[in-house]
Amino acid sequence: MGSFDTFLQQLFNGLVLGSLYALIALGYTMVYGIVNLINFAHGDVLMVGALTALSAIALVHSWFPGIPGWVLLVIGMLAAIPVCVLLSLAIERIAYRPLRSAPRLAPLITAIGVSILLQTLAMIIWGRNQLTFPSLLSPDPIAIGPATVTSTKLLVIALSALIMIGLLVLVQRTRLGRAMRATAENPRVAGLMGVDPNAVIAATFAIGAALAAVAGVMYASVYSVADFYMGFIPGLKAFTAAVLGGIGNIPGAMVGGILLGLIESLGAGYIDQLSGGVFGSNYQDVFAFIVLCAVLILRPSGLLGERVADRA
Amino acid sequence: MKPAATLAALSPRTRALAATVLIGMVLLVLPLAAGALGAAWVRTLAFAALYVMLALGLNIVVGFAGLLDLGYIAFYAVGAYTFALLASPQLTDNFPALARAFPDGLHLPIWAVIPLGASIAAGFGVLLGAPVLKLRGDYLAIVTLGFGEIIRIFLNNLNAPINLTNGPQGITLIDPVRIGTLSFNHPVAFLGLELSALQLYYYLFAALAVLSVLMCVRLQDSRLGRAWMAIREDEIAAKAMGINVRNVKLLAFALGASFGGVSGTMFAAFQGFVSPESFSLMESVIVLSMIVLGGLGHIPGVIFGAVLLSVFPEVLRHGVGPLQEQLFGRTLIDAEVLRMLLYGVALVLVMLYRPKGLWPAPQHGAPAAGSVDTGPGAVTSRSFP
Repeated sequence: MGSFDTFLQQLFNGLVLGSLYALIALGYTMVYGIVNLINFAHGDVLMVGALTALSAIALVHSWFPGIPGWVLLVIGMLAAIPVCVLLSLAIERIAYRPLRSAPRLAPLITAIGVSILLQTLAMIIWGRNQLTFPSLLSPDPIAIGPATVTSTKLLVIALSALIMIGLLVLVQRTRLGRAMRATAENPRVAGLMGVDPNAVIAATFAIGAALAAVAGVMYASVYSVADFYMGFIPGLKAFTAAVLGGIGNIPGAMVGGILLGLIESLGAGYIDQLSGGVFGSNYQDVFAFIVLCAVLILRPSGLLGERVADRA
Repeated sequence: MKPAATLAALSPRTRALAATVLIGMVLLVLPLAAGALGAAWVRTLAFAALYVMLALGLNIVVGFAGLLDLGYIAFYAVGAYTFALLASPQLTDNFPALARAFPDGLHLPIWAVIPLGASIAAGFGVLLGAPVLKLRGDYLAIVTLGFGEIIRIFLNNLNAPINLTNGPQGITLIDPVRIGTLSFNHPVAFLGLELSALQLYYYLFAALAVLSVLMCVRLQDSRLGRAWMAIREDEIAAKAMGINVRNVKLLAFALGASFGGVSGTMFAAFQGFVSPESFSLMESVIVLSMIVLGGLGHIPGVIFGAVLLSVFPEVLRHGVGPLQEQLFGRTLIDAEVLRMLLYGVALVLVMLYRPKGLWPAPQHGAPAAGSVDTGPGAVTSRSFP
């Protein structure tokens, strides 16, 4: 495989990874845009989605063994989405809403607490071991030019693109989208204009959770494993992506997600050569953190964002 | 004379002295009582003392200076690995040049370890603090979290191409603490009592913890402490008052980190073994929940939170297991899981219902306990002569 072929392969992998990060980042950025809160528990909502889908798939498969894989995948997503949405709405109602006017530290610490609670509950329900997520679509490699892909990875890219387009249409063209933009800009005036901020905030959390559920199912499909801790690192990286694109900025989250995926994939692929063998691809996670620090220090408003990171 | 009247008649200084003596006696006797219940409890006490030091260190960063640090455990790791590298066969096994230079192996004595651990950790604190000076709140939290994770990833992976940290397997065969000729790995006879190694460690850690408390109390009332609280309350006003915010913040990170570094060295000596697993995000969150639960910025509250959250899970572990067996016939919830559940619930509930912690600092300007608040507009007999 020539070096250009490797490059294309890494590019494709980066696109897959980036699509996942973009989906999760959208949840972070929308919530931050409206309530100025980093929803620490977002990654764990993803985890709950993946594990719920796993259980649903296992259940349906035991009832109807003959069902084709893609139907099981759809069923899994249809099971994960309402669970995640309800969970996210409950979290917002119980843990975040009472603290909306509290000093900055309080909601963040609560979010950390909720994150731990979700992980613990997942540990109790699904156990501590890594569970295998079945490969539901055909695992046969498809060759696109010199790169080798699987149908699952193609689905990730396609589905994410569709969802992102749908979200943009929602935010730009519908009444709810207009209400969301208005509340993000100025909740009080939006209230005077007839927008119910609580309802809009709840809707934001719900949409973010639905996206996370889909992302979780896709993430588990691509990596074939799911466990109670799987949401932490993708969540953190997706937050980096959101910051990279400009937090509070929806197209920014999409751009940031894809870009971060590409940086990570290309970086992990080439770091061996670049560092003369000192650092290997096991340092892959470090890339996201370095990007995070670099963005926050050098360009806090992100690539597409107008908001500045100087918040008290 | 009634006891209450006697107590009230004593001056605050005498009261404080009496409280100190009482606490000192309790601290001295505690491991002996715990030892009777079992060695595990003495171990718990020793860890409680370590956590008190950690909590006090994080309190400097988060409580005094208002800088939310979610990667604090990295400094603990730095301290632990510093001692591990300098007092174990790890370096001499992997670097023949060092083995030749130190034929008896590397065994750093304790009086060198503590300052070294403190200063190296402080260096890392400055390293973390320097780039994040203008970040606040959420962003600072995430970046410090990332820093903690980076340290852990490096510790986990620095076993190739040169084996520095031995990767996920960790470093073993770390020396125990040695004071003079006394080595802390076997029991010692003292004043007719047989003190086990665990109890010796407890006394050392308790002494260090008391020292830390004294340092923090002095820091709190010093110019530096007041500068920290000024930037916590309003950074711009503090700058306007002439406080060098950059240096003050760096000092907060450095001093907080040094507490973590010293605790880390002690931890490495105590356990004899370190691995990157002990320094995960969860540990940072645990220390954070101790100070949040106890009372952010209030030293007695922080100590209370640290002791509560390090002892209570052990009590739970010993009580809940058999209880679950009795009630349900099997263990539904593992002790470890229960511990995590406790921390999560504690964080959420505290923030919702007692955001200042269980033992918060008394409010400035509030009427002192016992004085009668007559309300606005009331005329007392002394107002108008």
